[in-house]
Amino acid sequence: MELVRAENCRKSFDGEEILGGITLSVNEGEVVSVIGPSGSGKSTLLRCCCMLETMDGGSLSFAGKSAAKEEGGKVVYASHAELKEIRKTFGLVFQNFNLFPHYSVLKNVMEPQMIAGKSKDEAEKKALECLEKLGLSDKAKSYPCQLSGGQQQRVSIARALALEPKVLFFDEPTSALDPELTGEVLKVIRDLAAMHMTMIIVTHEMNFAREVSDRMIFMEHGVIRAEGTPDEIFGSDDERLKSFMGRLRG
Amino acid sequence: MSGMGVTVSIFLLTLLFSIPLGLPVSLARMSRSKLVSIIAGAYVSVMRGTPLMLQIIVIYFLPYYGFGISVTSDYRFVAVIIAFSLNYAAYFAEIYRSGIQSVPKGQYEAAQILGYSRTQTFVKIIMPQMFKRVLPSMTNEIITLVKDTSLSFAIATAEMFTMAKQIAASEASLAPLMAAGLFYYIFNLLVAHVCKKVEKHYDYYRI
Ligand SMILES: Nc1ncnc2c1ncn2[C@@H]1O[C@H](COP(=O)(O)OP(=O)(O)O)[C@@H](O)[C@H]1O
Ligand SMILES: [Mg+2]
Repeated sequence: MELVRAENCRKSFDGEEILGGITLSVNEGEVVSVIGPSGSGKSTLLRCCCMLETMDGGSLSFAGKSAAKEEGGKVVYASHAELKEIRKTFGLVFQNFNLFPHYSVLKNVMEPQMIAGKSKDEAEKKALECLEKLGLSDKAKSYPCQLSGGQQQRVSIARALALEPKVLFFDEPTSALDPELTGEVLKVIRDLAAMHMTMIIVTHEMNFAREVSDRMIFMEHGVIRAEGTPDEIFGSDDERLKSFMGRLRG
Repeated sequence: MSGMGVTVSIFLLTLLFSIPLGLPVSLARMSRSKLVSIIAGAYVSVMRGTPLMLQIIVIYFLPYYGFGISVTSDYRFVAVIIAFSLNYAAYFAEIYRSGIQSVPKGQYEAAQILGYSRTQTFVKIIMPQMFKRVLPSMTNEIITLVKDTSLSFAIATAEMFTMAKQIAASEASLAPLMAAGLFYYIFNLLVAHVCKKVEKHYDYYRI
């Protein structure tokens, strides 16, 4: 089943085209990673998919439900109520976590569930379960400022998972972390992949991407320059792709 | 001395009204409706740009000269409270506005992704963080308020400083004026102490 479909997605900022018509389709259980040089529009693509930015052109749907359609050269979004339902199908993990600093770890994970209509007891049970899964049981009462970056990112993943999304987007989940802390976060994502969580991951961690992805997308200047299995991407003859990979290894 | 009571009443009542009132004003100021934002902007600008003493006098005489209503002497105190509250609401509104704008955009985005409505985002996520961020500026403003309460002599509420002056005049001694000064000084120390306590209370998290 196709869980995410963004078709011919276009976005400009201040008259400058940042996304030049991108089509992204992700099936249930698939792990897709998006790579490419900084400024190529990876975050903008993710933000358009998550509706943090409105598209200038193209269409967007989740699990067959249309979130946005192009009509007469304009993008028309679904109604407020429909979007509210559609938002429940996906989660987003930010580069800089965006935990709520005034809430304890437990409340960070609980409150969004309660907003979604769960009772306090249910939300707490689920939150503790998610925290345990991510090895954070002993941090439930801590505040985000008392945690390391890696722990904070794991809390933000727990917060997203507690809402049981069908798809998880990650925007460079380890880029804000000290090198010695990236491992613990990558491990969590690896475990999720092993459980066939559907994920779209923007990352610069090439070895990790190669290992977890079913498919990789190489973006440059707001378009998809190459797309394929990790082996196809790593074995590609494309000059730009080779030079990008070379620089990262470099 | 009843003057102390009046000073403390003006202080507390002004805080009671202006601290909440500042919030709708700051929201109006940031409103997406141009008209609303211009009106709130003008309000803030006038309140901050004219002397508080003048505002007290205007509000005191407005019922009579504006609407031909004669007022009782009780109205003096009411006028002072209205003027102080309106004036301080404008200052607090600007403080809130800068506090709200200093909350990172990522907080709104995380809330949206997690299913919070706009109102829930503001009440649960933004407002508490705004409040912590503005506490130091609030403290400054509140200490200014203590000193401003002496302004109310403009329309001769039986307020500390006024009484002290009268007493001093009749007894030809500076002692009452100095006593008034001492009172204000101690009052301010007390207020600063309470504000510190509140700030400390919010130290359990860092932004
Ligand atoms: N809100 C914005 N306003 C203006 N320009 C933006 C905005 N967001 C992104 N951009 C621009 O879009 C381009 C692509 O950014 P981004 O999607 O963050 O790239 P990436 O994530 O691949 O590094 C950059 O040149 C950036 O400056
Ligand atoms: Mg980016």
